Amino acid sequence: MSTATDTVNTNPDSHGHDSHDDHHHHIPKGLMRWVLTTNHKDIGTLYLWFAFIMFLVGGAMAMVIRAELFQPGLQIVEPNFFNQMTTVHGLIMVFGAVMPAFTGLANWLIPMMIGAPDMALPRMNNWSFWILPFAFLILLSSLFVEGGGPAFGWTFYAPLSTTYSGDSTALFVFSVHIMGISSIMGAINVIVTIFNMRAPGMTYMKMPLFVWTWLITAFLLIAVMPVLAGVVTMVLTDKYFGTSFFDAAGGGDPVLFQHIFWFFGHPEVYIMILPAFGIISQIVPTFSRKKLFGYASMVYATASIALLSFIVWAHHMFTTGMPVFAEMFFMIATMIIAVPTGVKVFNWVATMWRGSISFEIPMLFAIAFIILFTIGGLSGLMLAITPVDFQYHDTYFVVAHFHYVLVTGAVFSIMAAVYYWLPKWTGRMFDITLAKWHFWCSLISVNVLFFPMHFVGLAGMPRRIPDYALQFADFNKWISVGGFAFGLSQLIFLALVIKACRKKGEKVSSQVWEGAEGLEWEIPSPAPYHTFDTPPTVK
Amino acid sequence: MKFLQTAFGALLLSTPIMSLAQSASERSNINLRPGVTDISQQVFGLHMMMFWICVAIAVIVFGVMFYAMIKHRKSAGAKPANFHENVKVEIAWTVVPFLILIAMAVPAASTLLDMEDVSKPDLTVLVTGSQWKWHYKYMDNDVEFFSTLATQPEQIRNKFTKSENYLLEVDRPLVIPTGKKVRFLITSDDVIHSWWVPDFAVKKDANPGFINEAWTNVNEPGVYRGQCAELCGKDHGFMPVVVIAMEPEEYEAWIVEQEAIAQRAREEEQRLLAMNMSMEELMTTGKQVYDSVCAACHMPNGEGLAGVFPAIKGSAIATGDDLNPHIDIIVYGKAGTAMQSFAKQLTMSEIAAVITYQRNAWGNNTGDMVQAKDINAVMNGE
Amino acid sequence: MSDKQMQTEEQTSKAIEGQPKSSASEPKHGKTVAKLLFVVVGMFGFGFALVPLYEVFCEITGINGKTNDEAAVYVPIDVDTSRTITVDFITRTNTGMPWEFEAQTKRVEVNPGEMAQVSFYVKNPASRDIIAQAIPSVTPGTAALYVNKTECFCFKHQPLKAGDEAVMPMTFYIDPQLPDNISFFTLQYTLYDITANADASEVVAMSNAPNIINANN
Repeated sequence: MSTATDTVNTNPDSHGHDSHDDHHHHIPKGLMRWVLTTNHKDIGTLYLWFAFIMFLVGGAMAMVIRAELFQPGLQIVEPNFFNQMTTVHGLIMVFGAVMPAFTGLANWLIPMMIGAPDMALPRMNNWSFWILPFAFLILLSSLFVEGGGPAFGWTFYAPLSTTYSGDSTALFVFSVHIMGISSIMGAINVIVTIFNMRAPGMTYMKMPLFVWTWLITAFLLIAVMPVLAGVVTMVLTDKYFGTSFFDAAGGGDPVLFQHIFWFFGHPEVYIMILPAFGIISQIVPTFSRKKLFGYASMVYATASIALLSFIVWAHHMFTTGMPVFAEMFFMIATMIIAVPTGVKVFNWVATMWRGSISFEIPMLFAIAFIILFTIGGLSGLMLAITPVDFQYHDTYFVVAHFHYVLVTGAVFSIMAAVYYWLPKWTGRMFDITLAKWHFWCSLISVNVLFFPMHFVGLAGMPRRIPDYALQFADFNKWISVGGFAFGLSQLIFLALVIKACRKKGEKVSSQVWEGAEGLEWEIPSPAPYHTFDTPPTVK
Repeated sequence: MKFLQTAFGALLLSTPIMSLAQSASERSNINLRPGVTDISQQVFGLHMMMFWICVAIAVIVFGVMFYAMIKHRKSAGAKPANFHENVKVEIAWTVVPFLILIAMAVPAASTLLDMEDVSKPDLTVLVTGSQWKWHYKYMDNDVEFFSTLATQPEQIRNKFTKSENYLLEVDRPLVIPTGKKVRFLITSDDVIHSWWVPDFAVKKDANPGFINEAWTNVNEPGVYRGQCAELCGKDHGFMPVVVIAMEPEEYEAWIVEQEAIAQRAREEEQRLLAMNMSMEELMTTGKQVYDSVCAACHMPNGEGLAGVFPAIKGSAIATGDDLNPHIDIIVYGKAGTAMQSFAKQLTMSEIAAVITYQRNAWGNNTGDMVQAKDINAVMNGE
Repeated sequence: MSDKQMQTEEQTSKAIEGQPKSSASEPKHGKTVAKLLFVVVGMFGFGFALVPLYEVFCEITGINGKTNDEAAVYVPIDVDTSRTITVDFITRTNTGMPWEFEAQTKRVEVNPGEMAQVSFYVKNPASRDIIAQAIPSVTPGTAALYVNKTECFCFKHQPLKAGDEAVMPMTFYIDPQLPDNISFFTLQYTLYDITANADASEVVAMSNAPNIINANN
């Protein structure tokens, strides 16, 4: 981070106190504190806990999937329920775990990083969180509707999701609408906060990269979440109100659905990874004790990835039958994304180069992120090549690819972030032994889980199937074992976080990590309920 | 240079992986297969090229990173340097990847153009996907048939030992000649399916109402297996594709034979029209047909799957006084549901038998008997 | 309960009632929010605008292989006798559609610029009146751009009373601009039963019409 944050004129009453309360603000107690809160830290905590619960719920569904796929044949669930599991697992992990976790981090950190007292729109902030549990209650309750929940994949391709879907589709559409509204409100809040509430002297090019990446992510969110809302609305009207956007009989086209969906869907992929880039760009310099290499190029790379994400959507649809010039265009546009993404990885490595590196838990996760995300990025590059994509498309190779970028990418970055900032939030160091166990168990099991998926995918196993040919049996056994181990490893994380929240462990200084720089490290640990009531001056 | 040594060391470490990938022969369990067409082999070559470029990039990037992690670690007493930008280096690592990408894009584009061959085919097959089976129609001959999963349900339910081609076997494979350009016209009756044969490097979506095309020219005779590659509902995992490639002469003999068989089947059907089956015959045949065709959705007990597949037991259609709605739905299917038209999948006497069975099994004791001629009457509007 | 807490509660309940989201003391926020909401609404609209945009895009590039759904006016042009184009016809009926539907000519060979007519036979064997809509699809998709139909049954709904049969004509010519590498293409028609979605007037008109059997075979 290249921001000059050496001098901070912090609000005096947030100085020196180690207590949660500062003297003139009273924190409401009990449940209503959480229901009514407009405090960015409380809301951040709510988002993070919600995301974690959803991560466990979605993970439990993944366990059902892996249990069924442990060996060939149908033994545990019926195919129809299997499809509901893959669908709801995907929806929950994308909209319930990864996105809310990033929003939670944004809530906690952005005001503290730019020297603002709170988010710009605190009441909307409360709202945008509290509608989220209802969205997921609706989605989960749809599993108990007669005929079961959505079973058409998280991509809900028409006409499987329209004419041929079950009665629960209306619930699915409604819950996606609420998720979308929540994300849009969160994004607006982030943008307004960053635009209007930076401390004096905090110019754009001094903002920490986490703030930058979130600003760009927020713009992506307000650009594409409305498109998602539009496409689910079309699904709703096609199914229940007799329109034919996607029905050939009425002059529509099912492929149009995929174009609109992926116009949302591809930027969505970057919504789930850009904040991760920001997190890694905060952590790597701290533990390398060296400034981030190429700050400006990081910002430009993030912006160009975001812009390019709008013109590559059809690489998800090469097999739908496109004219060759379109295939060529989308192939090349997709390949170009590798350039700014590569720049980011090179910058991180250059930051580490000739630093003074230590391997605390956040750094371990950050290093694992760089390696494993790069593997996911490289398989993404292979997927961009249209002629070969015809072979990869809709196989486990794709499943391996996006789990490498989303689990060992996005989810690992979230864990890195939690370990990095948790001492700041609680004022205590977390249990390092547990954290090491969590890291090494996760790292090993996640690779046992996802790496063999490349092999079964290349060998020809399609995704979203409840049963498979015998030649895939050996690898699937290992994949399932890895899956169960990865799932269990997250319970270590749960124990660790609960322990940390109960204020166990050594007290930490305000800087927490030697080498950490930025405004959030200059306020006491734990961070007082109200910070920067008087803005600091950044030189 | 120490860095080079490290990078080289990493390369050596990766050799087991290398030999693993290279030994990946035709039916590899860990890699794409080269396949049996010129295109599929080109695709395989592209894939391997991409793979090695990616491995090289990974080795270099991770090599540098691990070198830094080892040499520049704090516990080894490293003191941090103070640089945080270098325009030349940054330009270099923007431009070099661009060049690598161009090196990848050129052969990829050329393969893509090779795939886009619109010259006249020797043979055209219309491939139609439906939940959850494929239908093949030879456009130049009077031959068409459905191709459904041949694996017994008992194998899937772990009651019987699984056979060698478990889930990759069908009752009637598609047969095509080798050394000829075969064009596939691909479409769907209901949801989107995707017709995929890895050995041909052909995967094309079957979009309802629209027609897509793909082609292949198989070099070697053999049996080639693939699967549906687009989520298409409950039994998406149970609609394999099997293609047999034969020498052209063999193929000619086969197609002539098929035409004859189709002709005989039509005559047989006409003959059966005039015959009435007894209740016992109808119920026996009906149960067989029901268990193999209907039971997957409507369940062997006729109770269906609540909210997804309606029950036949006690339903208005199967117990009502009017036979026509019952015959209609089986002959023509119901739009917008998985209930498809069975007019082509079953013979008239089979349809008659299964209707009789549905109207008399599981307590639907209507006592109705339906004969092939009744079906014929509905289908021909008499 | 302290004053502060009450105030928080008040604020929250206000927010829930949909009061202005930004506090009056921060007009700057209000402006930014307004701009962003404008983007949100715009993008929601854009999602829907993609539907006609896609149609236009398809018409220009032939992506989805749909032919024009309006009649072309035949302008006498030079017939390009130097090449012949083979056109195959495929007829299909959707699930639940009982009609028999067949192309009377399954393949024609035409010179670009030359008018050709093909006929399609339909019969409604069902015991109810049915309105049908035919949906065309051409492969390779680019060829769709060069098929000019001057008359086609697919331009409008086709009603047929129970037991009736008919012959539906389609007249077309191929634009001589058709790319050189295309020497043949396939035109598929799928018939859909749209009786349930048709206007009531159409259904009434159909049921009042006399039974006419105008098949010529």
